[in-house]
Amino acid sequence: MTATTEKPLTGRMRPDGSFLDVRAYEQAGGYQAIRKVLSGGLTPKAVTDEVKEAGLRGRGGAGFLTGVKWSFVPLGKDAPSPTYLVVNADEMEPGTFKDRLLMERDPHQLIEGAMVAGFAIEADVAYIFLRGEYSLAAGRLSRAIAEAYERHYLGKNIFGSGYCLELHLHLSGGRYICGDETGLLNALEGKRANPRSKPPFPPVVGLFGKPTVVNNVETISCVPHIINNGAAWFRGLGRTKDAGTKLFGVSGKVKRPGLWELPIGTPIREILEEHAGGMRDGVKFRGLLPGGSSTPFIVEEHLDTPMDFTEMPKAGSRLGTGTMIVLDDQTCPVGMTWNMMRFFARESCGFCTPCWSGLGWAERILKSMEEGRGQSGDLEKLGFQAKMWAPGNTFCALAPGAADPLETALKYFRSDFERHITEHRCPWT
Amino acid sequence: MLSAEEIHEIEAEAAHYPTREAVSIDALRIVQRHRGWVDDESLRDIAGHLGMSPTDLDSVATFYNLIFRRPVGRHVIMVCDSVSCWIMGCDRMRKHLCEHLGIEVGETTPDNRFTLLPIVCLGCCDHAPAMMVNRDLHGDLDPRKIDAALEKYS
Repeated sequence: MTATTEKPLTGRMRPDGSFLDVRAYEQAGGYQAIRKVLSGGLTPKAVTDEVKEAGLRGRGGAGFLTGVKWSFVPLGKDAPSPTYLVVNADEMEPGTFKDRLLMERDPHQLIEGAMVAGFAIEADVAYIFLRGEYSLAAGRLSRAIAEAYERHYLGKNIFGSGYCLELHLHLSGGRYICGDETGLLNALEGKRANPRSKPPFPPVVGLFGKPTVVNNVETISCVPHIINNGAAWFRGLGRTKDAGTKLFGVSGKVKRPGLWELPIGTPIREILEEHAGGMRDGVKFRGLLPGGSSTPFIVEEHLDTPMDFTEMPKAGSRLGTGTMIVLDDQTCPVGMTWNMMRFFARESCGFCTPCWSGLGWAERILKSMEEGRGQSGDLEKLGFQAKMWAPGNTFCALAPGAADPLETALKYFRSDFERHITEHRCPWT
Repeated sequence: MLSAEEIHEIEAEAAHYPTREAVSIDALRIVQRHRGWVDDESLRDIAGHLGMSPTDLDSVATFYNLIFRRPVGRHVIMVCDSVSCWIMGCDRMRKHLCEHLGIEVGETTPDNRFTLLPIVCLGCCDHAPAMMVNRDLHGDLDPRKIDAALEKYS
């Protein structure tokens, strides 16, 4: 098979939308990676090294090297105990709809990935932190976890190897900030999900003060395939220097909104035109957010950029979650920005002042512009606020994530913002 | 007072965590599933059961979007108002729902059938605009589809 046709994450999913139960998963080659690890006498370090060598980077958006993150966890008899693995399944980034597919259609792939990752960091307990609204995923994951326990794939002495791992599903009470690594850990401890000051970082001091690795669903789902096929194979899947396949999505006024597993590094234009079918008749492309609401806008001139972690920053943006949101010429860029700032203001945990105070301020300015009450000086105020949300001024990435679309909207659609002020109305309504 | 069933379910979750406090959100969810929402007495009972102060537990309960500290109707409609759904017309869908039900967002119909709430991105962006009714996801909405969908919830 060539790299462009291989779909390790989604290739065995059923077209009818049902999920692979444990029998179907094993018939399709599932639970071979964990067997290989446990019966092959691989050490945790060897597994981590393989994942490091594969170049797997975090699919939640930050793109940190997964194997490197794992290597921060203290191992051995003298290490603090227990160690935790947490799967971040709190998919709440607006415009993002990729992890839901993985959990609804192939829950055992995620469970096996958690088993391998858990082995690599010598985890005793793993949690899947799932957003409360994903009820279909919750039902299927619960059933899959029960199946795995029934077959003694989870619990004590797995495959007679001496390896033990408990895996629990936690349903979130619902709040965007739970997607932040340390906010999530506080939520799992039964507290408000306020992110923590860092350092210390979770691999050293995490859940209940113990070493903890937090990985995204798509990241963990890649792990069994790396063990089965090797680091070199995984690296070869990408079209650029980055490794693996990636779930790419498109929403907005395109002909065929959807989600596709493609080689990482596939150019934006190819995803937009060949897979999403291009713009709907009668609307024109103006720009897009490449990977959820927290990524900077890009415009026409950037469309040939490969969608990966390395190339997207050269276009002034980021890969993020890889699910694009398209802005068309019939949609007001100020209204779109207002919608996103309202979201960020509402979902701020309320701890750091530049975030809780500044986001609300920006939201009110954008609202007034949309309602025809914009004033000269508003754009400068918005630009100032966005600067105040820079990394380092807050505990977590929520406010910096809000600054990215705001600053780039002001840059690329400035004349539209100015028209709102000079015409005292939204030209799109 | 918590029912035997509620306590049983809470304790099953509590076995997954090293502290009592860690089960607080699960406990709130469990009680809400049985009672529709979490009133002050339920909150105090859960806090007592977990050895937490009611004030502490309330600060948790009010933080999370899916824990209801006010009564809701038999069915809860949550309309996504995040960016992909906004581009695809969620404002019109919300307006239609308000008119159809005769209530504003955040309110419950007089017959106690529906409560209408906003929700952040439901991860259904390729089928925007979207809403959830109870545990069911509905995508590709238009006013006619909304009316047809709501008929199923009596």
